Amino acid sequence: MFRNQYDTDVTTWSPTGRLFQVEYAMEAVKQGSAAIGLRSRSHVVLASVNKAQSELSSHQRKIFKVDDHIGVAIAGLTADGRVLSRYMRSESINHSFTYESPLPVGRLVVRLADKAQVCTQRSWKRPYGVGLLVGGLDESGAHLYYNCPSGNYFEYQAFAIGSRSQAAKTYLERRFKSFNESSREDLIKDAILAIRETLQGETLKSSLCTVSVLGVDEPFHFLDQESIQKVIDTFEKVPEEEEDGGEAEAEAAAAPAEQGGAGDQDVAPMEM
Amino acid sequence: MTFTIPIDNGDALKNAEADSQRTLYPYVTGTSIVAIKYKDGVLMASDMGGSYGSTLRYKNIERVKAIGKHSLLGASGEISDFQEILRYLDELVLNDNMWDDGNSLGPKEVHNYLTRVMYNRRNKFNPLWNTLVLGGVKNGESYLGMVSMIGVSFEDNHVATGFGNHLARPILRDEWRADLSFEDGVKLLEKCMRVLLYRDRSAINKLQIAKITEEGVTVSQPYSLKTFWEFQAFHNPTAGAQGSW
Repeated sequence: MFRNQYDTDVTTWSPTGRLFQVEYAMEAVKQGSAAIGLRSRSHVVLASVNKAQSELSSHQRKIFKVDDHIGVAIAGLTADGRVLSRYMRSESINHSFTYESPLPVGRLVVRLADKAQVCTQRSWKRPYGVGLLVGGLDESGAHLYYNCPSGNYFEYQAFAIGSRSQAAKTYLERRFKSFNESSREDLIKDAILAIRETLQGETLKSSLCTVSVLGVDEPFHFLDQESIQKVIDTFEKVPEEEEDGGEAEAEAAAAPAEQGGAGDQDVAPMEM
Repeated sequence: MTFTIPIDNGDALKNAEADSQRTLYPYVTGTSIVAIKYKDGVLMASDMGGSYGSTLRYKNIERVKAIGKHSLLGASGEISDFQEILRYLDELVLNDNMWDDGNSLGPKEVHNYLTRVMYNRRNKFNPLWNTLVLGGVKNGESYLGMVSMIGVSFEDNHVATGFGNHLARPILRDEWRADLSFEDGVKLLEKCMRVLLYRDRSAINKLQIAKITEEGVTVSQPYSLKTFWEFQAFHNPTAGAQGSW
């Protein structure tokens, strides 16, 4: 899309009925690094790619625990994501305190969507520049939702957001029909494989991704590096000789990262 | 026609005139509620009396009401406060239904909500003058709990309020079992209610028993218990009293 005379304010409609500022906010989500979610009848897995600003820094946290039964993965402006995660935690704990019962995910997601909608209808605000994959459990089973800066939300069997997420979506589209009946282990494996698709060539290592699980009888938690590596090892062999090749690859990956990398030319520092 | 304009007397604790705007004593009160868990759910018994001090003024007050699909609420204490609580719960259940999303408030959630309400009112020195009994069944699990006017809240297999605490609970402690059938449960409750009828001055002989199971709520029609007054000691009651004390 190109600059036009209707895109300065979020409260200005275009003649074709579009709110360009909202659409630009959705672009910000596409610039962030990938986040993936998938669910079966009883479990939800959220995974993300660990991107660091530079070799010197640690990577940004993109997956947050909202409650024992709800987790969220974000892509886009991480600061906006952090603020919204705090809101979700607050709503969840307030509900738990009053009713001693977990907040149904569907209701949390609607509140989040309503909050995002407000920012699309006030001249003194701007839309949140972050997409949220909310995974959670309630009375009716496991759920995965995607909350958009526009204030829309959708329920998914599996979804991917962020840069190069199309590759992951293609992978998930081939497999999603079986997810409902998947075992917990298969679901995790599919999540990591989907992450691999977004890396496009880079060797998949456990240090490159974060994986979290929640399910019936299993509160939200992150998988440790060892467990992730074990799953990776089942489908990707990294023999000793490749260490040199691996290092060279890492250097090659680091250099483009400084320049911005393919497709990441315009990544602003605040987006991850 | 005179209209009253609401007066704001400020802090209900510090200002003497503000006393007229917070609960100091109850006026129309209901007496005990007795409730037990049984095989299929929960049974709750209450009489239909509303006392105005020592006058048995109202004889057709329903003190047990259904809340949503899964709960029963019984109240003793100030009747107007009970009606206020029913209005709060009405709003709660309405909002819950409006979500229309397959989730519904169970007895545990209602009990905890009421605990929060009662405790917060107590903290403002403006209590809802009730002891509430909340029973229900959801997803096959029975629930029975109680909240007092100062926010004391707990769950148990059998509960009683007011005089029931002193007269009914000892009976329940001896005779309650987890696998009571409906008939045995009703017999047990009637035993408790009969003792209360004999010994509680604010009790009347017109009671209702409400049942809640997975299928839903049933509140019985009002009925009376058979009583026996022909004890030997009641004949010629002054026979033993010689002289003054």
